[in-house]
Amino acid sequence: MVNENLVDNIVSEPYKYGFVTEIESEKISKGINEDIVRLISSKKNEPDYLLNFRLNAFKKWKELEEPNWADLGYEKIDYQDIIYYSAPKQKDKIKSLDEVDPKLLETFDKLGIPLTEQKRLTNVAVDAVFDSVSIATTFKEQLAEHGVIFCSISEAIKDHSDLIEKYLGSVIPASDNYFAALNSAVFSDGSFVYIPKNVTCPMDLSSYFRINSGDSGQFERTLIIAEEGSSVSYLEGCTAPMFDTNTLHAAVVELIALDDASIKYSTVQNWYAGNEKGVGGIFNFVTKRGKCIGKRSKISWSQVETGSAITWKYPSCILIGEESIGEFYSVALTNNLQQADTGTKMIHIGPKTKSTIVSKGISAGHSSNSYRGLVKIGSQAKGARNYSQCDSMLIGDKAAANTFPYIQSQQPNSEVEHEASTCRISEDQLFYLQSRGIEFEEAVSMMVSGFCRDVFNQLPMEFAAEADKLLSLKLEGSVG
Amino acid sequence: MESKKEIKQTLLEISNLFASTENLTILKGVNIKINSGEIHAIMGRNGCGKSTLSKIIAGHPSYEITSGKIELCGNDIEPLEPEERAQSGIFLGFQYPIEIPGVSNLEFLRVATNARRKFLKKEELDTFEFEDFVKEKLDIVKMDSAFLSRSINQGFSGGEKKRNEILQMALLEPKIAILDETDSGLDIDALRIVASGIKKIANENSGIILITHYQRLLDEIKPDFVHVMADGKIIKTGDSNLALELEKNGYDWTDEFINKN
Repeated sequence: MVNENLVDNIVSEPYKYGFVTEIESEKISKGINEDIVRLISSKKNEPDYLLNFRLNAFKKWKELEEPNWADLGYEKIDYQDIIYYSAPKQKDKIKSLDEVDPKLLETFDKLGIPLTEQKRLTNVAVDAVFDSVSIATTFKEQLAEHGVIFCSISEAIKDHSDLIEKYLGSVIPASDNYFAALNSAVFSDGSFVYIPKNVTCPMDLSSYFRINSGDSGQFERTLIIAEEGSSVSYLEGCTAPMFDTNTLHAAVVELIALDDASIKYSTVQNWYAGNEKGVGGIFNFVTKRGKCIGKRSKISWSQVETGSAITWKYPSCILIGEESIGEFYSVALTNNLQQADTGTKMIHIGPKTKSTIVSKGISAGHSSNSYRGLVKIGSQAKGARNYSQCDSMLIGDKAAANTFPYIQSQQPNSEVEHEASTCRISEDQLFYLQSRGIEFEEAVSMMVSGFCRDVFNQLPMEFAAEADKLLSLKLEGSVG
Repeated sequence: MESKKEIKQTLLEISNLFASTENLTILKGVNIKINSGEIHAIMGRNGCGKSTLSKIIAGHPSYEITSGKIELCGNDIEPLEPEERAQSGIFLGFQYPIEIPGVSNLEFLRVATNARRKFLKKEELDTFEFEDFVKEKLDIVKMDSAFLSRSINQGFSGGEKKRNEILQMALLEPKIAILDETDSGLDIDALRIVASGIKKIANENSGIILITHYQRLLDEIKPDFVHVMADGKIIKTGDSNLALELEKNGYDWTDEFINKN
């Protein structure tokens, strides 16, 4: 296409989170069977109800088939060649951050997530997850003063079993799909959030997921419960080292919003995407779903998906409560040989429920990027409304973009609007910017940020700037 | 006048320029020389190569120079990317300024201005400094600051797009500004605003090329030289009276000229 020589000369920015932390870790043997599931549970000293939850999930998983309906192509995953539990070795009981292995603190420092009291971010509480375990959670005590529980899910299983028993798997049952069943059987850690009645969480909460080990999968589980009249904004970030093998990541995230509660869940996903020849990278098969149980409750997903060799992810909302609201704002960028099949499901069950979907897909290089979304209006959802907008941007002439919107309505008194567009960054637009002295790469990134603006506006401030930067880095050398 | 001539400097010199796109030769030996302080008009029928010439000077990737040279202040610009040409002082005012959704006009103008300032070794302007700077320039084209917060050219009327082009010229302070049919699609009021803007920006250190079909722009801005282009060449050069002749007699004679040669 345009300026081929210039583009060929620009070397792609290396993935700056690709380092490996040398740390002794405790790994169990490869493969999965009932004994492995029991072993994981016993390592975590879990109560019986959870072991049963896992064993049932494992049974379901064996009955299910790996889905193949997505627009993705990859070599079959050998589930017996994966290590299902890997934890950095450290003391059994860690009372404070001082006892955490300095190498781990250093790792998170390097990732821009300082955990120690002197350096940590002042406006965000962080739960740092390294391979299979949560390393530390900041601001726990301060949050507790407001009644907010923010801890690793392993801790919650022990200390808040009433909540876990009531809600774990209530939004995404183990039998939901193949990857959710696998996660339910072997999940190792993740974050737990509980916001009590009428509390507005005093700061943003976040989890940072770091895959370090090359041969183990990461299966984290997040559960967020917002009681009546409460609200919380939650951020999630992810990175992994560069390995030339594929690593499986199958997470489950469940959100529950009661009457008048609101949950905002933002993700910047930057797992290692493999190299420009498509070798290595994370296989990201994630199930995320929120349930608006309460009246006037609201769940809002925003995601910036830039990493992973394969992304299979559909953060969804089940809108049960009257006048509840679901939102999905997404930017998915694929480059080189990345593949993404992502979108959302908005299930309108209650009357006067509303949902908004804004999806921006950007495909560069030889990548393929699909939006797949379902809007379902149930027979009781009188007066329900949905607005969907799906835009695709193609960079270069070897990338592909697809849109698969599914609409099912059983309620005549409802409104569903769908708009879709595809554009290519045109040579004339680029030339216009260049002819004003703007460098080629900067011109592309200006246009991409412009294209994504509707979604970036939904992200928390610090995330929006980060996302913008991330997109420009990812696109370096992609046009041609 | 004499003293001015002494300090005149050749800004743009095009010699025997041949250029093609998709194996079609469009320019067939263009020669033109622009000195500082001069205003040149290039006139001609549709398809004679006027717009192509302007795009080639600006470095549009669809065209290829097959022989000949374009020099800016004595330096061959062929190896330069379009952005480098712009930074070194070439400005092309587009006939059809393109819309770029989502990209704020203000941010675009600031990045462009700073790219030029960086080249000129002037201090780059931060957001606040730039807002002050641009507000001074808005008056030149009688633009409202509300235009700044919109996306580049998006939803602009024909006249607004052209004024936005002249605003960019004012901000970038080019050595050579090529204005490609800046008068097309403008009503008489808009034409006057645009023309008076160009006159305010014109100065002794820079040169302007006006590409146009019509006399009406040249009534507002009197050119020092008028060139008539046909079939990829400049076939006649004169002073501003040549434009008046064209207005009266049309372009039919250019066809005869081509056939004879």
